[in-house]
Amino acid sequence: MTLTRVAIESIAQLARLELNEEEIPVYQDSLSRILDFVGELERAATNDVTPMAHPLAGLAQRLRADVVTEEDAHERYQENAPQVAAGLYLVPKVLE
Amino acid sequence: MSLAELAAGLRERRFSSVELTEHYLARIDAHGGTLNAFITVAHDSALRSARAADAELAAGRAGRLTGVPFAHKDIFCTEGLRTTCGSRMLDQFVSPYDATVVAKLKAAGTVLLGKTNMDEFAMGSSSETSFYGAVKNPWNTQLVPGGSSGGSAAAVAARLVPAATATDTGGSIRQPAALCGVSGLKPTYGRVSRYGMIAFASSLDQGGVIAASAADAALMLCAMAGFDPRDSTSVDTPVPDYAALLGRPIAGLRVGIVKEFFDAGLDRENARRVEEALAVYTRLGAKLMEVSLPNLALSVPTYYVVAPAECSSNLARYDGVRFGHRCSEPRDLQDLYRRSRGEGFGAEVKRRIMTGTYVLSAGYYDAYYLKAQQVRQLIAKDFRDAFVKVDMLMGPTTPTPAFAIGAKMGDPITMYLNDIYTIGANLAGLPAISIPCGFVGALPVGLQLVGPHFAEAALLNAAHAYQRESDWHRQMPQGFA
Repeated sequence: MTLTRVAIESIAQLARLELNEEEIPVYQDSLSRILDFVGELERAATNDVTPMAHPLAGLAQRLRADVVTEEDAHERYQENAPQVAAGLYLVPKVLE
Repeated sequence: MSLAELAAGLRERRFSSVELTEHYLARIDAHGGTLNAFITVAHDSALRSARAADAELAAGRAGRLTGVPFAHKDIFCTEGLRTTCGSRMLDQFVSPYDATVVAKLKAAGTVLLGKTNMDEFAMGSSSETSFYGAVKNPWNTQLVPGGSSGGSAAAVAARLVPAATATDTGGSIRQPAALCGVSGLKPTYGRVSRYGMIAFASSLDQGGVIAASAADAALMLCAMAGFDPRDSTSVDTPVPDYAALLGRPIAGLRVGIVKEFFDAGLDRENARRVEEALAVYTRLGAKLMEVSLPNLALSVPTYYVVAPAECSSNLARYDGVRFGHRCSEPRDLQDLYRRSRGEGFGAEVKRRIMTGTYVLSAGYYDAYYLKAQQVRQLIAKDFRDAFVKVDMLMGPTTPTPAFAIGAKMGDPITMYLNDIYTIGANLAGLPAISIPCGFVGALPVGLQLVGPHFAEAALLNAAHAYQRESDWHRQMPQGFA
């Protein structure tokens, strides 16, 4: 399989990744080869095989009571934010 | 000296934790640059922890690891100390909290020397994809140390640290341990908490340890393992005293030799070293028999659907808004997302995010992701069937010894096939250990032991039994004496 330039641009848009001109042919080539490689899976007989979602078979996901266990630490967390004002994360204007 | 000997020396006051910490910091300062094994060295906080440990030791309150220095792979969040995951995206990130593993080792009184270099977001088999540059193999600095925990493996091999934490999603503990001649244990999925361990592929990621010997790994695992309510996949089952369970005889141990591990891709000399190690097990009374994992050849393609799919989802959190790299002067929100991520992630991470995005996208989900999860089930069943007949499996950790820096960077498939013998354990959630079993030329190679779920004690005991009969794990690379 060969992914087109348009396909790569569309995947990059879905993944919200800006690619430069040099990167596009590189990913066209390597993603095409990876998809060919994983295409080997087609050969496996998997009729009636339950997909494996968890590596420890039979263990159900644990649930906990819906109670607050964390204290409010937004100021500490926001120390890592690129832009903050009045306790809010700032992003470019979304609505004109 | 082993971890147990270091800890005993500290308790008997033959040396202080400050002296020991200064000794290792000096080694890191002298050799860390050559190997590029560290992203951050924590001189000041290490000495503070060492002084605190010395006070505990003086007061007679010391535990098994009090005052013992070590390093964390830079994937574990450390409060107040930069955590980069080898990425430009997190170059400035200082975690507001400790990972559970970090908190547990802190509570055990250990001394954190620094954070080790790694493939970006643990995506790689050579430690070349780090934003901070490639890690070098101490046995030959032209070669890769393996990856993604290459910094931890190289640092332990050169004895810049006595032990280091690591993580394994497809072989990232065992493969670098093999290529650097050290011992690396990947525990059962759920054995060690993933809380605060930066996520790559959540159904495969597992924290573990790289150390000079299985006995050292056992001591570290005792402090790291255990139930954690903060990790919903953490398993609530008692933690045995792995260190105390070493030294049991292995006569009668049923060992499965995986036929598919000795395929055409395995270097002949590497195969010979593994066969020589197996002969030692036979001499110790183990019963060797051939077993088959018929779907093993599909493990790498399965992994390269499941892992990128989970990665594309996990790495969606890096949006340039709450933490991590943000591009300058974004035009709008889309531009902010796209450029922050395009600039913040390196080439391999972008490749995996895009692979994952593709296989999860509308129209392809059934053909790739669902199919891969079905094949994963078949692979897990192969292991279950094998463990009906045998107690553990043995074989090579890698197909070849270490390769040249740059040799496989242009060809992702060749790079991915490095993990052909290790990925199965991740897909099935099984514990596995790699221990050094000799040299091909001047390069170490590893013997891999894979056990059923929660068989860490048996694996460590079997590895320790071999290490009592061999001294490969005591060999040191030249130039780091």
